[in-house]
Amino acid sequence: MSSTTDTAHHGHDDHHHGPAYGITRWLFTTNHKDLGVLYMSFGLLMFFIGGAMAMVIRAELFQPGLNVVDPYFFNQMTTMHALVMIFGAVMPALTGLANWLIPVQIGAPDMALPRINNWAFWLLPAGFVLLLATLFMPGGGPAGGWTMYPPLVLQLGDAFPFLIFAVHILGISSIMGSINIVATVLNMRAPGMTLMKMPLFVWTWLITAFLMIAVMPVLAGAVTMLLTDQYFGTSFFDAAGGGDPVMFQHIFWFFGHPEVYILILPAFGIVSAILPTFSRKPLFGYSSMVYATAAIAFLSFIVWAHHMFTVGLPLAGQLFFMFATMLVAVPTGVKIFNWMATMWRGSMTFETPMLFSIAFVVLFTVGGLSGVMLALAPVDLQYHDTYFVVAHFHYVLVSGTVFAIMAAVYYWLPKWTGHMYDEKLGKIHFWVSAISVNVLFFPQHFLGLAGMPRRIPDYALQFAEFNMISSIGGFVFGFSQLLFLYIIIKCVRGGEKATDQVWDGAQGLEWTLPSPAPYHTFDTPPVVR
Amino acid sequence: MTSKMLVRALTAVGLLGLLPIAAAAPGESEWRKPWGLNLPEGVTSLSQQAYDLHMLVFYIVCAIGAFVFIGIFYSIWKFRHSQGAKPANFHHNTTVEVVWTVVPFLILLGIAVPATQTMIKMEDTSGYDMTVKVTGYQWMWEYEYMDEDISFFSRLDRDSQRARQRDPEISPQEVEHYLLDVDNPLVVPIDKKIRFLLTANDVIHSWWVPELGWKKDTIPGFINEAWARIEEPGVYRGQCAELCGRDHGFMPIVVIALEQDEYDDWVAEQNGDVAAAGDDPADVDVDADAGADEVADEQLEDMSQDELMSLGGQVYDSQCLACHRAEGEGMGSFPALAGNDEVTGDVSQVKDVIINGVSGTAMQAFGGRLDDREIAGLVTYIRNAWGNDAGDLVQPSEIRDAR
Repeated sequence: MSSTTDTAHHGHDDHHHGPAYGITRWLFTTNHKDLGVLYMSFGLLMFFIGGAMAMVIRAELFQPGLNVVDPYFFNQMTTMHALVMIFGAVMPALTGLANWLIPVQIGAPDMALPRINNWAFWLLPAGFVLLLATLFMPGGGPAGGWTMYPPLVLQLGDAFPFLIFAVHILGISSIMGSINIVATVLNMRAPGMTLMKMPLFVWTWLITAFLMIAVMPVLAGAVTMLLTDQYFGTSFFDAAGGGDPVMFQHIFWFFGHPEVYILILPAFGIVSAILPTFSRKPLFGYSSMVYATAAIAFLSFIVWAHHMFTVGLPLAGQLFFMFATMLVAVPTGVKIFNWMATMWRGSMTFETPMLFSIAFVVLFTVGGLSGVMLALAPVDLQYHDTYFVVAHFHYVLVSGTVFAIMAAVYYWLPKWTGHMYDEKLGKIHFWVSAISVNVLFFPQHFLGLAGMPRRIPDYALQFAEFNMISSIGGFVFGFSQLLFLYIIIKCVRGGEKATDQVWDGAQGLEWTLPSPAPYHTFDTPPVVR
Repeated sequence: MTSKMLVRALTAVGLLGLLPIAAAAPGESEWRKPWGLNLPEGVTSLSQQAYDLHMLVFYIVCAIGAFVFIGIFYSIWKFRHSQGAKPANFHHNTTVEVVWTVVPFLILLGIAVPATQTMIKMEDTSGYDMTVKVTGYQWMWEYEYMDEDISFFSRLDRDSQRARQRDPEISPQEVEHYLLDVDNPLVVPIDKKIRFLLTANDVIHSWWVPELGWKKDTIPGFINEAWARIEEPGVYRGQCAELCGRDHGFMPIVVIALEQDEYDDWVAEQNGDVAAAGDDPADVDVDADAGADEVADEQLEDMSQDELMSLGGQVYDSQCLACHRAEGEGMGSFPALAGNDEVTGDVSQVKDVIINGVSGTAMQAFGGRLDDREIAGLVTYIRNAWGNDAGDLVQPSEIRDAR
């Protein structure tokens, strides 16, 4: 907290320096706050790139017929939209929040492994240069879906090895980031900060980090097998050589299902921080929240084949994965009920972070309930690979995770910048986003049930009306995010001075720091009682 | 009688003549319509059970959702800081926490019972009356009737094919079943337990007709099983549901379910009994270009350059364009044909590749799918289009020899 004065004392306390100047600050930084900013800025950039791809998709689907892009390019857009949004936008944004917040929430001076932190971040731009460059190669980018199912993915041209190596690099980055988070949380908590006193955001990230360490190597293994199948004559996934294309799906989804919880668990932590603040009441059922998060993480390892009910699993397999998947609803329900009880008999105000958090609870519940429907194997044979599924996972990922990330940005932005954001614009951003996201995704439930498969560039005339509505919602949602960007830039550049407490109901160590938080914090550990 | 009246009279007579056929023709399903909101109840016991389960769970999740949303919005309304609400300080209540853990569990248990029963029934393919083998290709379906000597390919119909292009000759709105019609539909009898064996030739596809109640992936090298007993005659449409490349959206499925005697007529017709062909309502969609009723001699007559190039261009557009692209420029791992020395070089090599495919690549064998005239046109076309200058013609008789 004394970094501003300490910059004058060179020599004595040389770990007490401020940031370097110019580009080297960002290239060589090992400071958790700088890296948090880098991660989040990268996530925002990728959010707009992935969003532009979504705009292409919705433009092509605006009406029947070939309108904007070739079907093969459309497939590249759906594939890249998913890869960019998952690995480029949501995961880095959440990792950025972890970097910024975990040390200040547990009273640590920095992350445990600062150099690894730097490397983990700078791998991301490298990985995405590889991945995005494929769009400009002969034959175009990956077009076989982000799930990379063989044999289709093996038909890619030059994009194929770039896709594989990009996934490897992003996986290495995630593993290093996760090891760092685990090491930080387990070793660097302030005295008195027992595990069961940690903010839920730290808890959910700790569990998420374990999930990532467990499953990212599995993904790396799966794509490496694709690589050797393509170039070195192996037949892991080729029936003609004794392999099995379905085995890839098993391996992929053993990674993939924990992956979707990697995307949502930190969002649970964010909402569990914000709802109590603006309800002016402690979080209801803290310990059950922790156990529910752990239960969801455990279950995520034994539900993977619910993505594969149509591949011809044996009956016993279908039943097992159906039952296990239905069980996920129990701890998830506990969380939703706890959030309800947190608001119950509170004293609520509705600043932008609270609005996004309440919208999260409501819309995530919609996505969770359609998830219960999808769990039922005999009906999933109808739902599978339709727009019903598209609606489901966008409700949990966009109006779920992305809304939580936006809530987090509004909530902690004053602490990061020292300025209040423009509350009026924030509310406009919220209402436009919350309405348009429903116009965008709700009709997709109907499209799926009425028979529209996913990943198609053109459709029968019966689907025209709802697709047009969905596209209009999509354009409004997409362009309204430029307002989000504007609000952030405006807040960084100036605005009403934020107090140290910022929100009168906020609890936790980060609110004991000045706003903006100095470059180095908690050099002397705070004592938590 | 003016000519106008004559036309009217003839039309009326014609319509009367059509009546018996129209009455017998399988009807379009009511379910596929604009603003469609829900799954079909379908025409099999499986689809009905899936629908019932879907609606049951839908009502349950609506009730749960209503409980959650009413709770949240009541809180928002009632416990507003601006209305002077004073916050309570509770953060824990073991009783309610146990209740909202156990009650959802019991609800799920209640759902699991009918779901398990339905699942068991779906998997039971025993006691079937007939078997149809479905093979997915990029981008069409092949149907083989295992008990009859019938097999054919089923592709997107010509009108949809024309309407789905950039700057199309006809707009999608002018096509009656845009992207949901095929040249050769799958024809099956009602009230028979049909076992489907599903596989694929190249990549994974998924065979889905919603009104049968399920979809099943078709996986190269493996055979999946499913079944349906269709209870009502009609036309049931579906699509490939698993991303399978560029034209994934353009390989629809049409199932025509007929009364047993009509189905028998159809089978007889397929087996070459021309007498039965005239009154078969299912015949209307069959591709006139299939050339089934041309005699072999005509097949082998020499064609002019214009005929070859024009037929070859049509075949190219429907069979090859998706991978090798409109100007033969290729795409990704699909090689360019324009300016390709192998295409303009040894003609027997070119014939071999088209007839037998290239193993280990996505290039399929077209020998079983195209007749001699079509392959002759195609070979001539790719050797002489887009600046390729082999300059020779390849005649149907040469293809016959090459087979």
